[in-house]
Amino acid sequence: MTRVVRVAAGQGFWGDWLEAPVRQVKGGPIDYLMMDYLAEVTMSILQKQRSRDPAAGYARDFVPAMERILPDIVAKRIRVTSNAGGVNPRGCADAVLDTARRLGLGGRIRVGLVSGDDILDRLDDLLARGHELRDLDTGRPLSDIRERIRSANAYLGMAPVVEALRGGANIVITGRVTDTGLTLGPLVHELGWRPDDWDRIAAGTVAGHIIECGAQSSGGNLLKDWRRVRGLERVGFPIVEASEDGSFVVTKHPGTGGVVNLASVTEQLVYEMGDPRSYITPDGIADFTTIRLAPAGKDRVRVSGIRGAPRTGMLKVSIAYFYGYKAVGTLVYAWPDAHAKAKEADRVLRARLTDLGLEFEQILTEFVGADATHGRLAGPPDSDAPEVQLRVGVRARERAPVERFTRELAPLVLTGPPSVTGFAGGRPQVEEIVAYWPALVDRREIEPNVRVEILAA
Amino acid sequence: MSREKPSGRRAKGGSGRSADRPVPVQLRWLAHARSGDKGNTANVGLIALEPELYPLLARAVTAARVARHFRGMVSRVERFELPNLRALNFLLHDALDGGGTISLKTDAQGKVYSTALLRLEIPVPPAVARRFRPRASRR
Repeated sequence: MTRVVRVAAGQGFWGDWLEAPVRQVKGGPIDYLMMDYLAEVTMSILQKQRSRDPAAGYARDFVPAMERILPDIVAKRIRVTSNAGGVNPRGCADAVLDTARRLGLGGRIRVGLVSGDDILDRLDDLLARGHELRDLDTGRPLSDIRERIRSANAYLGMAPVVEALRGGANIVITGRVTDTGLTLGPLVHELGWRPDDWDRIAAGTVAGHIIECGAQSSGGNLLKDWRRVRGLERVGFPIVEASEDGSFVVTKHPGTGGVVNLASVTEQLVYEMGDPRSYITPDGIADFTTIRLAPAGKDRVRVSGIRGAPRTGMLKVSIAYFYGYKAVGTLVYAWPDAHAKAKEADRVLRARLTDLGLEFEQILTEFVGADATHGRLAGPPDSDAPEVQLRVGVRARERAPVERFTRELAPLVLTGPPSVTGFAGGRPQVEEIVAYWPALVDRREIEPNVRVEILAA
Repeated sequence: MSREKPSGRRAKGGSGRSADRPVPVQLRWLAHARSGDKGNTANVGLIALEPELYPLLARAVTAARVARHFRGMVSRVERFELPNLRALNFLLHDALDGGGTISLKTDAQGKVYSTALLRLEIPVPPAVARRFRPRASRR
């Protein structure tokens, strides 16, 4: 029988279902649990937390999640890969090791700690040596925002994950390792794939892409026949069963809800897709137009035929910088003429903001129930709608105008159009905007600084 | 508002050949979709509900047609073909009002641009319309 490695998704983003990792570990056989926590702006949030508390800066949810599953992963020899380390992978590793000791699992847990992705302290050096780190989307040079940068991390690939697994880690904790690298790493380690076997690297990358958003490939957020998706209250997160030749099956544990079928896998494949011929990662390039999908039984889809191309000499860098402030406020207007009332309230509000001399970079009005999600494509507003929510957002470089805006919404209740409610939540909150700056850097600047340490509990 | 109105009934009363005239059908009856974001760009993956519908989508749902559909909402549309998945991928540039944390939109991450594309009507042969469009709905 050919060897199969089972990698299970336990978390698709920071804030995903807390029960998922527990169900994956207890619901059937798996070899690896992959826990992805990092979205584009997560690093800057974590950086902010670390600046207030040096022990913080990682996905805190990871530690209680591990506490619940540590006995099982030790007993069943399941290994965990996670980028929960954020901007403080060492702090995260220490917390997990403390937890293991407290549970009496000292000596049974070895954490592989991956660092070296954080280049915040190296930016000036990189800039001085001619690395421009221009915004990939706008082409602007990094010097435009240098003073406002909050975090800067290079995306690492699977290599340090593989190194940690080789070193005997049963839990690998990283900072900004790509979502796909957390799945590809275990496959390369277990199946002995060469790092320049570009087709297999692409296959493992596609496997990672399919499960990196958790249940989004196993029935969650599935549009096709959504009424027929059963049991989402106990949805099974996806599992990849990979073979040496690079083909794999996507499935989920028996008895769980949701569905794994051609539609669920295809919807996830096209999610956040750019040019399908070149899905670029630090490990290689996957060609999504070569993917073959075939049904392989109940809740099983076989994936094969994937072709890849060599990796590039560059790594993507995720930089977060302070941008300004924003606030969003809402009020609800009731039938009759709900939309017309909301519209008039918006006019009054804007006139007052103008009279106050407040300057905003943008004021955006949406009518929830009429045009908030589809704009003019939704057609003319329903004059008989039972209610419409007025939703007004403002953005400015300075805090003061945004602060004042938050105090202009509630007065509309007694000083604006009638039939208004839904203000019980209180004043809108002023939020600091930390924006995202994608760039590229020569991988030779980063990779020599990547470190893998094995820490024992 | 959709530019083209359903005109399936207009074919009535014409010559004998009008029975073969294409009928406009909303994409929601022909495809499913998922969308996401990359910065200020939204992507929509449009997937044929049945394999035989893919050539129809590939022919009718061009980048230009999608750009017209989202006129005023996006700056530019790119299209990529994935015949292996019976899918088309569209990149809608400048669709997210700045995107990410800058955007003030409810749908700052373009999660439901997918269904906004499914509002588009394309002309399909009457037999296809009869098969895929529910009787109760004329759209």
